This record gives sequence, structure tokens and C-alpha cells, in this order.
Amino acid sequence: MKRSRLGPWLAMAIGTAYFLIPLIATFEFSLRMKRGEYSLEAYRVVLADPRFQASFGYSTLIAIATILMGVLLIVPTAYWIELKLRNLRPLVEFITLLPLVIPAIVIVFGYLHTYNSSSWIPLIATPRGTDLLLTFGYMTLALPYMYRAVDTGLRSIDVRTLTEAAESLGAGWGTILFKVIFPNVRVAVLSGAFLTFAIVIGEFTLASLLDRPAFGPYLQLVGANRAYEPSALAIVAFVVTWACMGLIQIFGRDRRATMAGR
Amino acid sequence: MAQMQLDAAALPLAQPRRMSFAFLGVVPFFVFAVMFLLWPTAFLMVGSFQDADGHFTLENIYRLSEPTILNAYKISIEISVASALLGAIFGFFLAAAVVLGGLPRWLRPTLMTFCGVASNFAGLPLAFAFLATLGRTGLVTLLLRDFVGFDLYATGFNVLSFTGLTLTYLYFQIPLMVLILTPALDGLKREWREAAEVLGATSWQYWRHVAIPVLWPSFLGTTLLLFANSFGAVATAYGLTGSSLNIVPILLYAQSRGDVLHNPNLGYALALGMIVITGLSNGAYIWLRARGERWLK
Repeated sequence: MKRSRLGPWLAMAIGTAYFLIPLIATFEFSLRMKRGEYSLEAYRVVLADPRFQASFGYSTLIAIATILMGVLLIVPTAYWIELKLRNLRPLVEFITLLPLVIPAIVIVFGYLHTYNSSSWIPLIATPRGTDLLLTFGYMTLALPYMYRAVDTGLRSIDVRTLTEAAESLGAGWGTILFKVIFPNVRVAVLSGAFLTFAIVIGEFTLASLLDRPAFGPYLQLVGANRAYEPSALAIVAFVVTWACMGLIQIFGRDRRATMAGR
Repeated sequence: MAQMQLDAAALPLAQPRRMSFAFLGVVPFFVFAVMFLLWPTAFLMVGSFQDADGHFTLENIYRLSEPTILNAYKISIEISVASALLGAIFGFFLAAAVVLGGLPRWLRPTLMTFCGVASNFAGLPLAFAFLATLGRTGLVTLLLRDFVGFDLYATGFNVLSFTGLTLTYLYFQIPLMVLILTPALDGLKREWREAAEVLGATSWQYWRHVAIPVLWPSFLGTTLLLFANSFGAVATAYGLTGSSLNIVPILLYAQSRGDVLHNPNLGYALALGMIVITGLSNGAYIWLRARGERWLK
């Protein structure tokens, strides 16, 4: 039976139009800054803005801190659960899914009341403390993605055998974790890391409510006050997101290639 | 107080006799989860049942029925339902086109990669993109005016409105649907279709009696996930409409900045309402996904 391909092509055409038109329009809009001609003026203005550099740098730093601390928290936990505490797996999985259930705005609203300057742990009282709280908040938001990536990576290797082999060769826990387990889940950790970066870099709600000079609040400020620069920033943000997803694909493909080559 | 709570929460799990010291390995994770996820949320939940002096009351829950708050929930739910349903339906057709439609092979990885990007391209940049597209001087608005002679804004359309927000949310809703539904569509076995055709079923009968019943839990479940996804979204809406559109996440954002409701405990109740709604839809999603996966094994 020959089926008509008109429907599928139509769906693809409408989808492509819907997804591409806003990107084209944003790019076109971002070129309009100089009257009567297309120019990259908006990009020049944005990239030269010291507040852009400062906020982008700040968000990059926080993103890296989030990734490092997240990896250090999640890899040992997921490893330990796979190795010793399998009966805790459902509970841990449930907890890691909660940030998808509880909206970020609710979580940060809770932070504002539990970590304010009159609380037992007044993290919000100092800028450094708030930076730390922001990082913990981003770790929470990234938890579902990071944990799932690492857990999938750990399940695809034989954790028990690797651990026993390392132990019988006299390795301590630190050696096992950092020299045996980490290298084996490197690809999974990296894909979780890039996804985390994509989420954190332009995040608005937490950064704005904790009043930190991050890229998200800067975007909002520019969006509220300028005409053409927001479009240029949207294109920049889109390129950053695209780069993160592209890197995930590239690292994922590398792994498949080496596995096939074995 | 938070510290005491932590210890109390960690203790019942410790049970040193059975688990020996193995439990110590996951203590950091549980401490983290309690401090930065469970305790702040529990604080809001408890607070919504307290008055200013800390006594138990249902007043805050009752006051959620005030017109402004009720209206915010109503608009939020309407936008979320609209963007979830449209996103689910269109995402389904896109996924079906690329999995079952017999299109060129390269289209599938291209679409999947793009969906991975687009489902993460939310927040303020997305709002800016749609302002540049459908705003008063946006490209589509201008092209329609100059070449088709159609004044979009004369029809009462505004990108800073219900329709505009729904249209914008679809930009991350459709890709999410495609990403989640593609594996489910892959699970439709070729043999089922062949068997149906051998027995003389039309394409419609195959879909009506085989494919749709199998896909239904995945479809419905993912729709609920999309609902929760847009219900909690703050940044996109804020970037698009500022605080002009009265939806729950924006109201809660304003409440967090400065007590706009003039009652902190009412703010907690507002947050509780959000958790209940996203919790119910996510719970139903997990339940439906478990049902849907039975056929995919």
C-alpha cells in the first residue's frame, strides 16, 4: 500500500516555518539599528557594553561552579547507590525529579524566607553567601538532568566489577572514584554539564530574586530599555544554547565511535 | 532551626545496624536535598496554613478565591492548557511525520537536534525573539502590512496577550513533545500495521483501533508534562509582558520582590497552589508514562 507523503511534508513545512521565522525575524531585527541600512551595530554595542561582559562573565563563573559542585555531589552519590544502596534508588530518583515538579519561582521564594538575614543560616545577608545560595539553587534546577545523565552512564558500565578489580589492585576510595569511575562516565558527565550550562547561563528567576548581577537580569534590563540590542542578545543566547547542544552531540558521537571501534 | 530539621530528617534513614556505615556515602546528597529543595518548600507549605502569629488557619487557602488571585490562576491554567494541547497536537504530527512519514532520513536527526536546542531556548531570549517577530515593528507584522496589506494589530492581536504568550510558549512546548513522543512512536511495531493491513483494515482503522490506543497514555502524559512546564514559566512571560499580564508565576514573582499581596502567608498559599497543580499534573504524567511503557518493551 502506497501512502501519501503530503501530510508529513505539510507538517514538516509548517514546523520549519514556525521554528525558523522567529529566528530570521530576530536576526533581521538585530541588524536594523542604523537607520536605512543593515549593520552589526547592535552586536557591537552589546559586546562592548561592560555590563554585558561583567554579567556574562559572572554567569559563566556561576555555571562552572554549579557544574563542578553538581558533579562532585552527584557522581559519588549515584555511584554509591548503584554499588551499595540499591534499595534507596527509588527515593533518590524521586527527589531528583522534584525540581521538575516544584517551579523554580517557588523554590527561590522558599529560599528568600529560609535563608534571609534573620534566619539560622543567613546566606542572603552577604554577597558571597548569596552567590553560594544561587549556585546551590542552580544545582537544584540541574539535578534532574545531571542525575539522569550520570545514572545512565553508570548503568552502562559494570560498577561492581570495576570497583572490585580496583580494590583487589589495592586502590583506595579516592583512586576508585577519580581514576576509575569518573573517566568511565566522562561522556555522561559532560553532556549533563553542557545542559546545565545552557540552563544556567540565561536563567532569570533565581538570579533576579536573589538580586545577583547575572546575565538573565541584564537581559531583562536591556529588554526593558533598548530597542535593537535585545534581538542581538537573543541571537547570542541562541548561539550559546546551540553550541551547548552541539557539544553534547559531538561528545556522544565520540563515545559511539570508540565503542564501535572496540 | 534548619539545621535541627536536617538532623531529624536524616536520622530515621540511618539505621546503623542493617546498613552499617554505607549510608554515610549518601549523607551529602540528602543534606543538600533537604536544605535546598525540601526544607524551603516545606516551609512555604506549612506557612500557607499559618497566620501572621504562626497559629493554624485555613484563612490563606480560603483567600486564594479572591478575584485577583482566582483570575490569575484562571488565566495561567488557560494559557497552560492552550499551549500544552496545541503543542502536544502539533508536536505529535511533527514526530509522526519524521518517524512514520517516509521523509528523507537526514530530516530526523536534524529535527531532533533542533528540538534539543529549542526546548532549552526559553526565557527572556525567546520573549525577545517573538517581540522581534510579532511585535508592532516585528518582521512578520511589517511583511504582512507591506506585502499582504493585512494589519495584524488592527485585528486586536497583541504579542503581549493570551494569544501571543501561547504562541511563544509553543516554541519550547512543541520540541519537548517531539523529543518525548518520538521513542513512543518508534515503539509502534511494523508488524502491527502489517497485521492490520492483512486483515483488511484501512489506515484510519489501524490508527483508531491500534496506534492511538497504544500511544494514548504517552500522548496524554506528555500533554500534562507540557502543562506543568508552561504553568511554572516566569521568565518568558515576564520578558514578553512585564508584569502587565496577571498570571500566577508573575504574581508570585511580584510577591517575592515586595509583598504585593500585603500578606506573606497568602503568598505562601499562592506558592502552595502552584505546587499542587504542577504536582498533580506531573504525578498523572508519571503514572501514564508507566502505562505507556508497557507496550514499548
